[in-house]
Amino acid sequence: MIRSITQQKPMEEIERLLEGMGRVFIMGCGTCVTLTHTGGIPEVEAMRGALSEKGKVVTGTTVVPVACDNLTREILKDIQSGIKQSDALLIMTCAFGVQTIAHQIGKLVIPALNTMFIGKETAFGEFNEVCTQCGTCIIGETGGICPVTACHKGLVNGPCGGTNNGKCEIDSNKDCAWTAIYNRLKALGRIDSMRKYQKPRNHLGEPNPGKFRIPTV
Amino acid sequence: MPSAFKKALDSGKFVVTCEAAPSKGTNLENMKHHIELLKDKVDGMNVTDHQSSVMRYPSLGGALLVKEMGGEPILQMTCRDRNRLALQADLLFASSRGIHNVLCLTGDSVMLGDHKQAKPVFDLDSCQLVAVIRTLEKGKDMAGNDLDGGVKFCAGAIVTPEANPIEPQLIKFEKKVDAGAEFIQTQAVYDMDNLKKFMEYARQFPGKILAGVILLTSAPMARFMNKNVAGVNVPQNLIDEMASAPKGGAISKGIEIAGRMIRQIKEEKICDGVHIMAIGKEEKVIDIMAAAGL
Repeated sequence: MIRSITQQKPMEEIERLLEGMGRVFIMGCGTCVTLTHTGGIPEVEAMRGALSEKGKVVTGTTVVPVACDNLTREILKDIQSGIKQSDALLIMTCAFGVQTIAHQIGKLVIPALNTMFIGKETAFGEFNEVCTQCGTCIIGETGGICPVTACHKGLVNGPCGGTNNGKCEIDSNKDCAWTAIYNRLKALGRIDSMRKYQKPRNHLGEPNPGKFRIPTV
Repeated sequence: MPSAFKKALDSGKFVVTCEAAPSKGTNLENMKHHIELLKDKVDGMNVTDHQSSVMRYPSLGGALLVKEMGGEPILQMTCRDRNRLALQADLLFASSRGIHNVLCLTGDSVMLGDHKQAKPVFDLDSCQLVAVIRTLEKGKDMAGNDLDGGVKFCAGAIVTPEANPIEPQLIKFEKKVDAGAEFIQTQAVYDMDNLKKFMEYARQFPGKILAGVILLTSAPMARFMNKNVAGVNVPQNLIDEMASAPKGGAISKGIEIAGRMIRQIKEEKICDGVHIMAIGKEEKVIDIMAAAGL
């Protein structure tokens, strides 16, 4: 399962974004942010308390099942009065949810969270960024581990000089992608594929912003 | 026409390079002082490229300064701050202005420096940068377009002989040599047995190898490197030796140790030369060379 990994913005930033807006409706999501404890029922309630203390009027709260789903529009119909009374919606979902809601409701939306990355649950309760959707996949030659994503520098020809006991130079909690790739290829008896020179990457996989339409059959 | 540094590498002599770090700002007096002091004593001066990701006067400008003052610059180029257009353009500029030695590096993370929020580039990696130099020399850019006026470089790269694990590092070293690296400057190695072991392996490949020597300035500095610099291991006996120095004598002790290591590397023909890094204390390179009998 992949999850949108979020982190709450500092309260000072949230307060700055809400400056001049006395009436706020708070919205969370029952999916990724509930799992990561950044926008589920307890966090929305805590935010209600925090904003009330700061003198804001919280006109209502809700936690929608899947904020990024287009059905959110229908769900929000039932709680329109609280939304209508508010000056802004404070959205405790990932940016996919914030943008879905902004698109569906004619109200100013303020994100309460920063969206960090799309994470793969690699162990219980642990998420890692394993793909950045570059459009030019090379993991067929790297033992199924993406160095473009898992290496801090996105290096495709092997580790940098900062590799340190299997960890990354920027954070001893993060694995060195190239140590992992080496170990995987070694176990598979395919070290030769690491010896192959990788050409400079093609950054034209899908020029930003990505767009796709299902072909009509 | 090969560069003076390339000629030195090919001559079979024991090659010595050192570093000149550009200043933070436009006051280049300190750098000029170091260049003046060292330009006739060494075979090449590496000009660092925003060392440790700290924004400074550019390596290209520093290399030009070395050239103008009659020294032999080795332009350090990292892949951290420039994409392939900018790197190729800077190589054209360097060659047009008489800078013909380039050391290709990945570059430290911007997070280690003083502009932590900067966008890291890493469009190319160090192997690819070496390959790009060889492509430009054939009169073509990376897109296959003809160049009006070519370039000529002596291209080099680095290796960390004590990286852990070592195998992925060695695979990358081989890729750098395959891509066309003519010289390799190593990360500092203090354990001569480890250096010898690495060289037994490295001797199978073409290319000259200059052993990195970082001047130890105190016992705490040595411990700091062990803790914070990837792939650098100062053995306990050297830390103890540094600690045994009389008050105010740590630098002299560091010079003595560096000189002793270089002498051994030269006498036992372990490497083709040394790259002396006296980080912030470049004037001590003279003393280190004297201690080494160079």
